Amino acid sequence: MAIPISYNVRNLKVRKGTTLMTALGIALTVAVLLGIGSLVEGLRSSLRVTADPLHLIVMRQGSTAELVSIVDRESFDVLRFDEGIEQLDGEPMISHEVVSVVNLGLRGDTQNVSNISVRGLSPIGVRMRQAAEIVEGRWFEAGKREVVVGKGLHGKREGTLVGETIKFGRGDWEVVGVFEVGRSAFNSEFWTDGNFAAADLGRGSTRSSILLRAKDEAAAAALINRVGDDQRLGLEAERESDYYAKQMTTAQPVQSLGVFVAIIMAVGSCFAAMNTMFAAIANRAKEIGVLRLLGFSRFSILSSFMLESLLLSLFGGALGCLLVLPLNGLEGRIGNFATFAESTFQFQITPLYCGIGIAFAAIMGVFGGLVPSVVAARRQVLESLADA
Amino acid sequence: MANHILLILKNLRRNKRRSVLTLLSTGISVFLIGSLISVYGMFYRDEVRDEAALRLITRHKVSLTQALPYYYRAKIQAVDGAEVVVPMNWFGGTYIDQRPEHMFARFAVDPEQVFDIYSEYQLRPEQLEAFQRDRQGLAVGKSVADKLGFRIGQRITLKGDIYPFDPEFTIRAIFEGPDDFQSFFHFKYLEEALPELGGMVGVFAIRLRSPDDASRVALAVDEMFRNSPEPTKTETEAAFQLAFINQIGNIKLFLLSIASAIMFTMLMVSANTVAMSVRERTQEIGVLKTLGFPSRSVLGLVLGEATLIAILGGLLGVLLTVGVTAAMSGVMVGFFAGFRLPAWGVPVCFAIALVVGLGSSAVPAAVAARTRIVDALRHTG
Repeated sequence: MAIPISYNVRNLKVRKGTTLMTALGIALTVAVLLGIGSLVEGLRSSLRVTADPLHLIVMRQGSTAELVSIVDRESFDVLRFDEGIEQLDGEPMISHEVVSVVNLGLRGDTQNVSNISVRGLSPIGVRMRQAAEIVEGRWFEAGKREVVVGKGLHGKREGTLVGETIKFGRGDWEVVGVFEVGRSAFNSEFWTDGNFAAADLGRGSTRSSILLRAKDEAAAAALINRVGDDQRLGLEAERESDYYAKQMTTAQPVQSLGVFVAIIMAVGSCFAAMNTMFAAIANRAKEIGVLRLLGFSRFSILSSFMLESLLLSLFGGALGCLLVLPLNGLEGRIGNFATFAESTFQFQITPLYCGIGIAFAAIMGVFGGLVPSVVAARRQVLESLADA
Repeated sequence: MANHILLILKNLRRNKRRSVLTLLSTGISVFLIGSLISVYGMFYRDEVRDEAALRLITRHKVSLTQALPYYYRAKIQAVDGAEVVVPMNWFGGTYIDQRPEHMFARFAVDPEQVFDIYSEYQLRPEQLEAFQRDRQGLAVGKSVADKLGFRIGQRITLKGDIYPFDPEFTIRAIFEGPDDFQSFFHFKYLEEALPELGGMVGVFAIRLRSPDDASRVALAVDEMFRNSPEPTKTETEAAFQLAFINQIGNIKLFLLSIASAIMFTMLMVSANTVAMSVRERTQEIGVLKTLGFPSRSVLGLVLGEATLIAILGGLLGVLLTVGVTAAMSGVMVGFFAGFRLPAWGVPVCFAIALVVGLGSSAVPAAVAARTRIVDALRHTG
């Protein structure tokens, strides 16, 4: 027969202070795990929504980022009329783009500079990002020194408000609008007219990369092979989703550190939970004896104390989830090793991560409660009763 | 006093299991904080070497990716206080493949003067001469050579990315010194292969006559090019590297928030333990007071016990950190070789342990000290 759960719940309630403090220790451990998890998840989702499955990025062979790639006009013209490319209003969906970076300080902390991407593109390039929309001001005009700023940057760095200017190439560029492309990585970029920017940056007719949209899955696979096999081009095509997935390596060190800290902290919290459970058992030595006298088996005692430890840790886990909730939606920024520019993202607390956090807490509870419960269950009846 | 210490030690040994568990839990927390301090130390090196303090880096004001004209070299050279000026181009490229173990820094430089700027690097005179004579020569740091098994005379090929050109090198020199995870080759080789570069240079490294000239020279250089189409930004090598680190994100805030969470957890755990042991010993405290121990002594006993555990835990944590980072730095190279507990980390770890010990026991100790004898003796717990 099992000892009712209400016995454990009442016990936890009676020792409010101890329960709360142990639970808080577990909660903070879970909070560290979830905090870092939400950072990684936020970055991943911003990279995932950037990519369209039919979009291909074409760069110079061996280039890992648009910033260090060069694609000349001749190659672009060769690819432009490939029959595998989707058409939009009679125009092939292919965009020859130039990517550069500009050093900007944080607003209010101008010494804290980062590389911010500047992307020069053609009108079709803007239309290819279907979710792209202006949220303030207007789009840039071709042939003018105008840029639009991604929503993730807007107001965060110097010169990112509408009406302000940024400096690159040969002079000042006026910010005329704020754009947003879903929750994608493009929100950490400036966009401007490709031809004008390339001339200003002294690129001549060369650009950094090509973005194109294939007609369908088969056409995409064929295009990747065709581009790679063409020795004249010296280019390489890659799915946009693969290109962005590779950028998750940026988060790798953060993730590793997070897992390391969380696991070691969990070991520490296990010791703390063990301490609490040992004290709980020592305080209730007589009760255990009485329970045994009443006919509860050793196994009932064991499972009852395990359950109590589990309840304690689950409470801690839930508390930990609550602690990190304010992080949800918070803006973060991380240097992207793959693009050499900064990516902004939003912390994301997903139900899955909360589940992982609570499961993690439960494991702590099981490990912390196991030894004390076994000790409690193995006590002799008389010994327990004599104790006090 | 000696009696009190004896009493504290006896108390510690009474519930051995609890003392050990608390000690381990504190030790592990201090180890974590020590590890975080080591990560911090890896990013923000506090020791600026004498040679590095003598170096300035001049780059394009807009960003590193925009190039500067070669003729700036002579102009910078003319600034009073600038002894040597060397153009440097970050080549990038790939050696074999993209895997991180094949990554090392490659710079196109002026072979005649690069080792005047990087005077901390030691190399044999005949190797230096061989490197300077061979236009396709490559000088690599010893840590690169050791890791990738490079020997003098070996030929290697890089695949260019920023520059559309695949250079072929012969390793002519191996230099040794702090932070030598890089390599140098002839700027001329790059320029001949890519005439379209048109005499443009990535950055200029400047060696100063004295570190005191740093800000004056930096200002003079930037002032000189302020209104030209290619304005510059000149800063010390340390500041230049710090800017790179700031790119990664707010590392300080990130580490600080984790460390505070750990410290709070430590406080909770420790306070919980102290409270538990005080509660169990209420009767005893009554006896002590009956025997004539003043409240002050009772306060000291409780504080002392918690502090002793905390300090022992701190010691355990520091030892763990030193051991683990030493074991890890053996397998890491380049940037990550700096992963070790900085000297200032040791007192910080102990201070944190001490704060936790005192902080967690303050309330229970005060309660114990204030308990009235009758209540304490009547207590059943």
